[in-house]
Amino acid sequence: MPRSSSTLTPDDRLGTAQPAGGGPGDVSRRGTSSAGRSRPTPGATLGLGIATIYLSLLVLIPLAAVLWRSAEGGPGDFWQAMTTPEALSSLKLTVGAAVIVALINLVMGTLIAWVLVRDNFPGKAVVDMLIDLPFALPTIVAGLVLLALYGPGSPLHVNIAYARVGVVVALLFVTLPFVVRTVQPVLLELDKSMEEAATSLGASSAATFRRIILPNLLPAMLSGTALAFARAMSEFGATVLISGNIPFQTQVSSVHIFGQIESDNVHGAAVVSAVLLVIALVVLVSLDVLQRWGARRG
Amino acid sequence: MRWRTNKSKVAMVFGVVLALALGGAACGSSSASGGGKVQLSLVAYSTPQEAYAQIIKAYQSTPEGKNVTFRKSFGASGDQSRAVASGLTADIVAFSLEPDITRLVKAKLVPADWNAGEQKGMVTDSVVVLVTRKGNPKGIKTWSDLTKPGVEVITPNPFTSGGARWNVMAAYGAQIKTGKSEAEGVKYLEDLFTHVPVQDDTARKSLQTFTSGKGDVLLAYENEAIFAQQKGQKIDYVVPDDTILIENPVAITTRSKHPKEAKAFLDYLYADKAQGIFAANGYRPVTKIGAASKFPTPKNLFTIADFGGWADVTTKFFDTDKGIMAGVERKIGVSVAKK
Repeated sequence: MPRSSSTLTPDDRLGTAQPAGGGPGDVSRRGTSSAGRSRPTPGATLGLGIATIYLSLLVLIPLAAVLWRSAEGGPGDFWQAMTTPEALSSLKLTVGAAVIVALINLVMGTLIAWVLVRDNFPGKAVVDMLIDLPFALPTIVAGLVLLALYGPGSPLHVNIAYARVGVVVALLFVTLPFVVRTVQPVLLELDKSMEEAATSLGASSAATFRRIILPNLLPAMLSGTALAFARAMSEFGATVLISGNIPFQTQVSSVHIFGQIESDNVHGAAVVSAVLLVIALVVLVSLDVLQRWGARRG
Repeated sequence: MRWRTNKSKVAMVFGVVLALALGGAACGSSSASGGGKVQLSLVAYSTPQEAYAQIIKAYQSTPEGKNVTFRKSFGASGDQSRAVASGLTADIVAFSLEPDITRLVKAKLVPADWNAGEQKGMVTDSVVVLVTRKGNPKGIKTWSDLTKPGVEVITPNPFTSGGARWNVMAAYGAQIKTGKSEAEGVKYLEDLFTHVPVQDDTARKSLQTFTSGKGDVLLAYENEAIFAQQKGQKIDYVVPDDTILIENPVAITTRSKHPKEAKAFLDYLYADKAQGIFAANGYRPVTKIGAASKFPTPKNLFTIADFGGWADVTTKFFDTDKGIMAGVERKIGVSVAKK
């Protein structure tokens, strides 16, 4: 590489049209990389192309198909299918449960991540591994296990099955890893000297947490929470067993959608799915905006 | 160090997944072995899985069945039907209720005259029964016992479970057949469903819910009740005087690559041997064989045809928006919301 033989002056870095230094061989090269900042290199173009095709095939086209299907009958039909009493009550329950689950995850997930990073205790590695297990377990099995433990025949004499609280517990189980696994690496990388400096300057531990640690963790906490929220809204396997599926009481949207499909009402299923997608999108975007806003302020 | 633990963890998870995948592949290939023989693909609903396994074994010991292997797929009736409609290869389809065949007739995957035979395309029968705890502590005998105070009834959701529709029609039909008006029949359904604390998405899950200790009565098919008893569950069941005859259809698809062999197997399903195996698994045989006598005949047995057939019943009762059952669920939902 000829570039290695030359040194870049600040002017070069700013990308002036005619670089002063450097051998003739690297003029053109540097010209491409600096002047064409918006024009990607061939390698990057290939990567971008592959990523776009992959995402399109896997995500964009299927999601667009759902939206397309839901819009088939026009806005009137869409509204009607969305506002049937069953659909509305299942949506309310689903979104409500997802919000509660996301908030609990935000607090408990951060706490668990904190304990796993900052504290030392015997069996820590085992606990660390346990966190991922809800991902590995088919969620229907999770529902079955929760039902056996916290259902009518509970050996612990805790019966939360067939009620809304059962839905929340099932969702908590399934979404546990999200916040823990997003916060943990950030906490691990967090420079302890910042905290030490704050303490040595006389900040209380509460102030250190609020002013130093929290702002650093917040982006990770929020993105983990957003993931947990989105996952909670779509969960089927864990909730279908433990909720009891009574329409208007414990039937979540995913089960409602399943019912529509079983009853050959694909349009109704697509409409409720589209509503879930839009809610998830709005939440993901607004958390992202919140995060950026927080980053600018902090 | 930390990275390494992560790596070994990933490796472990990967290993487990791989092992499961290989296990699954092994299971898949054991039923899919070909080797110059004719392979028939059977797509069926889940409950008769055991019966079909035994029948296929018996069939393969006959001269016609000697060179026939089977690829079997079992799942929820509606899901299986939709899968075949969307292109899943099938030579023979067996479902829990007729609309799942009708879907394939509409898609021209099953000939329109599939039910022209002597048994009208039905391969097994059953009836809706009232499953109770051992010894029937609540003294459940009739449909009106189900709506007494303090009785909890378990039945799947009729919108998610096609099979649960038999239960609804049995409960409704029992009212009509004992001289009640249609409005009184609907009123009964409303009463009944206020006694239902859990509406699982499938019949099998309802059975599981009931055997795990929830509820006093389970609305189920007789064959499911017998299956549960055979598995050692502590349950009894009552065949009510008024109940519906459940009829399970079977058909050969138009896309079958081996129509002759498929037809031969279909005929075998009606042979005494196969019907006897169905009977041993709790199904009522559709032909007159000796085992038929072990099933009690209810006093007033009615069929879905008494209510105009499945096409009419589906629109009238199970339309997700305007059906009678949608109204029943809504009415209960509204009264709950007011409490």
